[in-house]
Amino acid sequence: MDHLDRLESQSIYIFREAFNKIEHLTMLWSIGKDSNAMLWLARKAFFGHVPFPVVHIDTSYKLPEMIEFRDRMAKEWGLKMIVGQNKEALAAGMNHTKGRVTCCTALKTDGLKAVVAEQGFTGIIAGIRRDEEGTRSKERVFSPRGEGAEWDFRDQPPEFWDQFKTDMPPGTHLRIHPILHWTEVDIWRYIRRENIPVVDLYFAKNGKRYRSLGCAPCTSPVESSASNVEEIIAELEDTRVPERAGRAQDQEAEDAFERLRVDGYM
Amino acid sequence: MTRESNSIVFVGHVDHGKSTLIGRIFNDTGMLPTGKVDAIRATCERRGMPFEWAFLMDALQAERDQGVTIDAAHIRLRTKRRDYLIIDAPGHKEFLKNMVTGAAGAEVAVLVIDANEGVREQSRRHGYLLRLLGIKSIAVAINKMDLVDYGAERFGEVAKEIRSYLASIDVKPTYIVPVSGNAGENIVTASPKMDWYQGPNLMDALDRFTATAPARDLPLRMALQDVYKFDARRIFAGRIETGQLRVGDTVLFSPANRKARVASLESWNTPVPKSVAEAGESVGFILEDQIFAERGELVSHATHPPVETNVFRAHVFWLGREPLEAGKEYKLRLNTAELPVRVQAVEKVIDTHDLSPQKTDRVERNGVAEIVLRANKIFAVDEFTNNSQTGRFVLVDGYDIAGGGIVSMRGYPDQRRIIEVKSTNISAVEYQVTPERRAERNGHCGGVLWFTGLSGAGKSTLAVEVEQKLFRKGYHVYVLDGDNVRRGLNANLGFSPEDRAENIRRVGEVAALFAHAGFIVITAFISPYRSDRDRARGATRDFDNIDFHEVYIEADLETCETRDPKGLYKRARRGDIKEFTGISAPYEAPESPELLVSSGEADIDACTDKILEYIEQHFTLKAV
Ligand SMILES: Nc1nc2c(ncn2[C@@H]2O[C@H](COP(=O)(O)OP(=O)(O)OP(=O)(O)O)[C@@H](O)[C@H]2O)c(=O)[nH]1
Ligand SMILES: [Mg+2]
Repeated sequence: MDHLDRLESQSIYIFREAFNKIEHLTMLWSIGKDSNAMLWLARKAFFGHVPFPVVHIDTSYKLPEMIEFRDRMAKEWGLKMIVGQNKEALAAGMNHTKGRVTCCTALKTDGLKAVVAEQGFTGIIAGIRRDEEGTRSKERVFSPRGEGAEWDFRDQPPEFWDQFKTDMPPGTHLRIHPILHWTEVDIWRYIRRENIPVVDLYFAKNGKRYRSLGCAPCTSPVESSASNVEEIIAELEDTRVPERAGRAQDQEAEDAFERLRVDGYM
Repeated sequence: MTRESNSIVFVGHVDHGKSTLIGRIFNDTGMLPTGKVDAIRATCERRGMPFEWAFLMDALQAERDQGVTIDAAHIRLRTKRRDYLIIDAPGHKEFLKNMVTGAAGAEVAVLVIDANEGVREQSRRHGYLLRLLGIKSIAVAINKMDLVDYGAERFGEVAKEIRSYLASIDVKPTYIVPVSGNAGENIVTASPKMDWYQGPNLMDALDRFTATAPARDLPLRMALQDVYKFDARRIFAGRIETGQLRVGDTVLFSPANRKARVASLESWNTPVPKSVAEAGESVGFILEDQIFAERGELVSHATHPPVETNVFRAHVFWLGREPLEAGKEYKLRLNTAELPVRVQAVEKVIDTHDLSPQKTDRVERNGVAEIVLRANKIFAVDEFTNNSQTGRFVLVDGYDIAGGGIVSMRGYPDQRRIIEVKSTNISAVEYQVTPERRAERNGHCGGVLWFTGLSGAGKSTLAVEVEQKLFRKGYHVYVLDGDNVRRGLNANLGFSPEDRAENIRRVGEVAALFAHAGFIVITAFISPYRSDRDRARGATRDFDNIDFHEVYIEADLETCETRDPKGLYKRARRGDIKEFTGISAPYEAPESPELLVSSGEADIDACTDKILEYIEQHFTLKAV
């Protein structure tokens, strides 16, 4: 087994534990490279099937290419897709000028909470990785969320020997993180090996490409000449620039991202 | 171009400099992301404090505010030589569960000790836990050498203290390296300030540990995670923990004890179907025969099966809010199996400071202990020393994982052979003489009086005494005693836990036959295990109208040892007899015996009378 085989096997194990243990399970599909790779891993785990619905939280500010890609892939892969949107907040005019963190909380976190409440999900699979930023580096694979979806990072459950927390009191839910142990370059190497489709925005045009995808107003492309997967891998093996450098909401304050996550952001 | 990768956890007492060392390693190997040092500097300035390397790992606000790591962080490091997963564990006692979370997945541990403070409470506890977690590759980093003027003498003192503690728990650190995290001495290059030190610098030491290969050479084990039927295929899914699995292999599911041949290994989006899979792989297979198996079964080859038992010993660490105590029930999670267990005994609570046994049978949060766990059904398990993957478990209390432990079967038999039924196609003859008619002629029913108790409690003496008195009164009675059956029926059995269990099983079957023939059978065996006695009781259930009476001949260990009629206790104390009940092997007292006879308190005659009275009450036919 090589490095990617080991990562893949661990992700499959996590998926299978979640599917066995959690009654109302769903997966967040952000359309980015990570959640595509994760969807691929689910099909590996379940022999070509995705035996739970996927949820996309549409902030209405996503780059149009992402929505087009989403609808195409959902059809091709036969996904049961639920699109969630915080219509109230949008009607009241929510956007990033009200504060990036405020906007993220309203459109993403609250949008997600609404879908969870409506559908009664008790387990949400999310494609976060430990190498993305500091608070995620301290995450559990099975991470409990309280009644208001809040993350109690001061008192996380012990998690060892691949025995995960799966017993939860009513009203709470679990976040499951099957690719927590992957890095950005691992994901791209896996995309290359498995030929996983990704949205074109990741590939450089006119000297710029998106390294991380979010909403249009808060995500900016980085300088790059990497126009295919091969070149992206070469670029990443070389760079010291952090992945989320192009994500404006993280930069608002030292603890901006932590506050978002404590409130229930992915 | 596969690069070796290795996971390394930094453990040790609070504030001894684990996070700082890791920050420093990232910096000194040139692996920090751009802008990271500036961001940390800005953060420290804003907080009006000197630059802290630890802030690289301590990302939470609460951690920075208090200058303490709360939760374990995982971070990848790529050096020229290889890839690392670096895990920063917290040292504060309050966060031991997070330390375990971080350390359990590591192949190598660096135990960090402050040169100035020396070996402290968590240095020892963490060292002890590393052993329970099965981490054998250990380096010690003696940090803050700047505070002791980079002195060889102080280094030697601390090194000696930690080495001797670790030796007492059978752990030998491969390297002991003096460093300074703050000053960056001896991290990636030799330190001129410590020219007295000849060994490798910290990074070199870490590079020298080889990555552990998955255990492909051990016997096959796969814990069944699920059985899928998404399409026409019925796929058995799980991860191979150890060994190899080939298409065409006959696999055994335990404890269901069913066998079937593997028809194919299934997968999605792989160019060629696999014919063999090995340790570490998550797989799915289809069987040739449709057998029933559920999550929790352990898959092996029939030639090297796991142990089957309903009881085992465990060396546990406890993280629960409520203490662990004898008599409490928990949910046992063993591989993918889940079942209720009860703590039968807390045998030893260990003080990790000096390894002395503590005078308590409660295991408090963060404590370690040796306990016995019992379930009410049989499950499959391996001893930790044979298979570290499948010989460990966690205990769940309510909603929470509250502890973990490793399995030992010392003193307990593998019950697989005993429960295995080899002969099939059996049809029993119908008896024309019923037990009722035998009883009518004899004037009493047949049945089993199963004496149990420590060696020297008086089982044989009382059995023979009762037999004689009953015989005189005209009863059909017979005693089955240890040495007598071992001479013939059980001459091929020794004294291993398995053979002892088989010995008792046969006696139970023979006793049931005698009872069915109309006899009152008295057996006089220590029969220390509850499961064995329950099985003997079960043997009588195959016959109608035969009763089984468990008679506990009770005398405490001290009394029996003073009596010591055959000099066995003396020899056991000397170590000449291994696994002697009461001394070096457990005696599980009956929980609700039909009759309790305290031979320690009453003399032989009184005990005999009590038993006779009981027999007359229960076996004599009442005149209609
Ligand atoms: N003088 C000196 N101070 C050091 C050294 N290494 C760390 N420190 C200081 O010791 C304090 C604790 O360091 P940390 O790295 O946070 O300790 P830790 O072991 O990670 O602590 P916990 O994670 O909370 O258990 C900080 O103030 C560091 O600056 C060293 O080599 N020399
Ligand atoms: Mg720390």
